[in-house]
Amino acid sequence: MIEFINGLLGPLAHPFMVRGLLAALIVGIVCAVLGTYVVLRGMAFLGDALAHTILPGVAVGYLLHGGAREPLFWWGLATGVLTSIGIGAVSLQGQIKEDTAIGVIFAGMFALGIALISTVRSYSVDLAHFLFGNVLAVGPNDLILTAAFGGLVLLLILAFYKELLVVSFDPILAATLRIPSKFFHYLLLVMLAVTIVISLQTVGVGLMVAMLVTPAATSFLLTRRLPAMMAVSMAIGGFSAVAGLYISYYANVASGAAIVLVCTGLFVLAFIFAPRKGALWRALRSR
Amino acid sequence: MSSKEQKLVRVILNEKYVHEAQGPSIAVKGVTVQYNGTPALDDVSFELERGERVAVVGPNGAGKSTLFKVIAGVLQPTRGQVTLFGSEPQKHICVGYVPQRSQVDLNFPVNVYDVVMMGRIGRLGLLRWPTRRDRQIVQESLELVGMAELASRQIGELSGGQQQRVFIARALAQGAEIMLMDEPLTGLDVNSQEDILRILNELHRRGVTILVATHDLNQAARCFDRVMLLNRRLIALGYPDQVLTSELLWHAYGEQLRLVETKGGVLVFNDTTCSGELE
Repeated sequence: MIEFINGLLGPLAHPFMVRGLLAALIVGIVCAVLGTYVVLRGMAFLGDALAHTILPGVAVGYLLHGGAREPLFWWGLATGVLTSIGIGAVSLQGQIKEDTAIGVIFAGMFALGIALISTVRSYSVDLAHFLFGNVLAVGPNDLILTAAFGGLVLLLILAFYKELLVVSFDPILAATLRIPSKFFHYLLLVMLAVTIVISLQTVGVGLMVAMLVTPAATSFLLTRRLPAMMAVSMAIGGFSAVAGLYISYYANVASGAAIVLVCTGLFVLAFIFAPRKGALWRALRSR
Repeated sequence: MSSKEQKLVRVILNEKYVHEAQGPSIAVKGVTVQYNGTPALDDVSFELERGERVAVVGPNGAGKSTLFKVIAGVLQPTRGQVTLFGSEPQKHICVGYVPQRSQVDLNFPVNVYDVVMMGRIGRLGLLRWPTRRDRQIVQESLELVGMAELASRQIGELSGGQQQRVFIARALAQGAEIMLMDEPLTGLDVNSQEDILRILNELHRRGVTILVATHDLNQAARCFDRVMLLNRRLIALGYPDQVLTSELLWHAYGEQLRLVETKGGVLVFNDTTCSGELE
């Protein structure tokens, strides 16, 4: 027992580890809560695409500021918000099918990002950090920005809880209640962009979608009402972030990957053993 | 009407948005809707009295759902205009739209109570949480449709008829004075159909204008004040015995409907449902 506690406290002796843990915890929670809407509205592909389209913005910031970290946040945020509005406009217009349009924009922007970063000599290392995150490099300022914007997203989800619920569950009811659906469609996209940018250092572009989707999907199997789904998703996201980081510390594996693997493990458990919605339960009941 | 029901009615009336005191509840003037050039509705005009029960019948693709969406103010007509209680639909939150069951995601993590509470949201406004009064209205609406005991059930766990009753309760909680129901009876067993027709009668007594899209001509004749025969154009609107004649039905359905003259009257075979018998 004492060994276990020492094992937990040991990494906290390093300030970078404390910052990394806090950042991962915030990101895990914010992604998991927003992720419930991503899962319920079927926006997983959109979230993945949006994460990738942020890359060129970050790359431009990276080139202009000679590798300084903090401007990257603002460049990423600006690109994310702009592309989220662009994708929103494309998906509401409806000439080309939504997923096709997203695929075109997402691959094009991602290629542009890689092209820009490849002009720098230390290309492969830097690219790896953007793609897969580097949570141990989180500085004090990064942490403040992460907390502030993560808190803002949570606050918006709470404030517009009932509107987001109706708009997601029954768009026609939302329309007859004269709730501005388009506004909430864009609000969700902008919140998604903000969440992706604050998560960039923790899990990176490549694994982003797992943080959004996996805790919420796990929670979906375990709960019956939206507030409970959000709460359980939040717990799973927060736990996975912290547990993943400890695993990364002791097993010496990449932090983002470790976090996502914990999420995925929990999902597999829920998929099999969840009461009512789990595979085992259904198999037993159908016998 | 019991005192509880009267209270519910009063609550609904108190919350009325600007409604003219007199005149029709729904007035549709020359409404045409086109999707990419093909007309879904063509120059449709009619007026409905307050508290009328109208069955909307016509073949598949006749524009029934489109008509409902235009009345609800969810879809803008290409030409023409709709007024509800004297003003445009977008100014009203008193239109209850009960969707076809296939249009709702039944796996969504909401229970019966949550769904009915959604009806209150239009009245609550931004950044407000439901009060005790909202909860009370939800409870009363659930009681009226006989779903109070199942309030904590997830919607996916209900039978088709129960789901319809939940959506009617939601429209009640919304304070609906116009109720648009898209095939609420399709696929339900006879008992569930009777339950819903009883609830519709109750709403009728409260002065709610009710439009129901249905395939069942027999039911249209039996349970509604007037029948609207629609096939992109408005073919007829009137009392059941005036509208459900072999001539007009043939005009609306054409090949899709078989009519057999018998000694007792016209026998109608409808392709989309079983047969119905008419006087």
